Amino acid sequence: MTNSAISETASTALAGQVSEAESSWWARSLRTRTILLYLLPAFLVMSFITFYPLFYQLWMSTTDFGLANLRGTVAPNSVGLQNYIDILNNGLAAKLPNFDFVYLLGFNLWWTFSNVIIHVAMGVLIAVLLNTKGLWLKGMYRAIYVLPIILPTLVIATVWRNMFDPTNGAIALGLGGIGRLFNIPPETFQLHWLDQLQPPIPGIPLPLSYFALLIVNIWLGWPFMTIVATAALQSIPPDLYEAADMDGATPAQQFWQITVPMIRPAMVPATVYGIVTTFNLFNLIYFISAGGPLRKTEIMVTTAYRLVNEQNLYGMAAAFCVLIFFILLALTLLTNRITRATESYDA
Amino acid sequence: MREEKRLPLGRQVLLQILCIVVALYVLYPILWIVGMSLDATNTLRPSTLFPPALSLQAYQHVLAKPTDNPVTFFTLARNSLFLAVGVAFFSVLIGVSAAYIFSRFDFRLRRVLMIAILAVLMLPGIATLAPLFVLLNQFKFTLGDSTFNLRASLLGVGLAMTSGALPFAIWNLKGYLDTIPKDLAEAAMIDGASFNQVFFRIILPLARPALAVTFFLGFLGGWTEFAISWQFLTDPQQFTLAMALFNMVGQYASDTSWSWFAAMALMIALPVALIYLLFQKQLVSGLAVGAVK
Repeated sequence: MTNSAISETASTALAGQVSEAESSWWARSLRTRTILLYLLPAFLVMSFITFYPLFYQLWMSTTDFGLANLRGTVAPNSVGLQNYIDILNNGLAAKLPNFDFVYLLGFNLWWTFSNVIIHVAMGVLIAVLLNTKGLWLKGMYRAIYVLPIILPTLVIATVWRNMFDPTNGAIALGLGGIGRLFNIPPETFQLHWLDQLQPPIPGIPLPLSYFALLIVNIWLGWPFMTIVATAALQSIPPDLYEAADMDGATPAQQFWQITVPMIRPAMVPATVYGIVTTFNLFNLIYFISAGGPLRKTEIMVTTAYRLVNEQNLYGMAAAFCVLIFFILLALTLLTNRITRATESYDA
Repeated sequence: MREEKRLPLGRQVLLQILCIVVALYVLYPILWIVGMSLDATNTLRPSTLFPPALSLQAYQHVLAKPTDNPVTFFTLARNSLFLAVGVAFFSVLIGVSAAYIFSRFDFRLRRVLMIAILAVLMLPGIATLAPLFVLLNQFKFTLGDSTFNLRASLLGVGLAMTSGALPFAIWNLKGYLDTIPKDLAEAAMIDGASFNQVFFRIILPLARPALAVTFFLGFLGGWTEFAISWQFLTDPQQFTLAMALFNMVGQYASDTSWSWFAAMALMIALPVALIYLLFQKQLVSGLAVGAVK
């Protein structure tokens, strides 16, 4: 490359700093071509394996695409919006017993928010705990607390599934061991965690398996929040606390007036991320409760998967996934609105 | 600098108790699974919390034949490794140049493309399962007696997984590239570096932590991917570790000893945990940046 060509590339690449003389057609088109070249691989790949399937899905959702159409020789029938109607007014229950769209959506949302609130609260409190000056064995606790993050969710889910076994699971054995100290027979603790139909708390229509899933997901979820909160805590200037000390602020006041507003900018995106992840937490529910009992702990994505995997109702599944997209879109916009409305100061 | 405040003993004890309770909650399932994997009694279901005698026979069994299918652990691991490395490598390779453009340049369509990527990111992988299954199933070739169906191959599963991993890689890498000061590239350009030189010699080396994190997250996703492989694959020789593990729990696994299951679970978790510990520093900084972004 000649010297002038180098300087031309250099100056054109400096977006917004191009001098009058050099912003010729050739320079601008070189910039355009470079941008296109850098975008091309991702654009091509995504067009074929991401965007095209999504548009295909929209079309599929208006057909009765099923097993018979899979070979590509028989075209599916167009059914208009019938798939959407069947989902929304529970006509789908004819194929998926106990399917109830309103309960499903309500449970999915309750599942998400009950989990994320506990994750954030526990994550922040434990981060503050570990940040206490002069606490012994900090390093050891940090090393232990990171374990739920570094183990694959899939492995965790299968392990906990066996832990909830009514007779041989680690929960029954552990509680039984403690019970023996107080002369309580081990049978008392042999709970049918995953398939007991009767709600454990009268009046609240949530099965025991929901609480089992909650125990697992709390185990899984808070350490990430602790990591994010710790990074934010360590960037708070210590003089803020010193000044508050001198003004006679109590530790509780310091927590709410200094710690919370200072870590908020870091916690908000982590919380939004947590909400989306928990809303779609397939592995945990599919592996531990399998949506049971009676579809009471099924979430949207596990239901969509059953439509493809067990029922071969590809058209119906496509319509279901289009609905999931709009629900997620609404959820994201809503959380954005809420976090913006509650913003206490400009980050 | 102010001197370290001494913690009063009473509060120290109280906080230590809290820390230990949390540590026990975290460690309980892990200790249980480690103990069970070393169980020498080889019973179907353990009736004690910790095994009375220790041996490595469960590992031996699982290495040879983890499930009823005639496949060894190494075949399963090779398939999982193929998916994990393939998806991670290609999504980072293809994603990073696009991420750079999105991070540094303003052009028409930028907003549209970014919103399109963000919209796809919101979708869980399962939400595109049906169309990918149908579309990939149309790529079938027959050569003599053998039929190749892209959908039922590891390549097809990898493509379906990349469909979700690539937008994530672009987004994650862009977030990090945004934090690299523009002056660096500008200074290099004044010294006569070309567009490509800036990208390859300055941006890529600086983006190493983000590249490592994105690769690792892609690897983790691929190593334990379940839903797509379970739906797509039919030949046991192509099955993955995650599929085998699923076969070892639940009502259809009543003849699977829990110590085999425990050994399998730990062997699947180990590589991921090791990679995490090896790259801990880069990963933590990369994750933190990604999360704060």
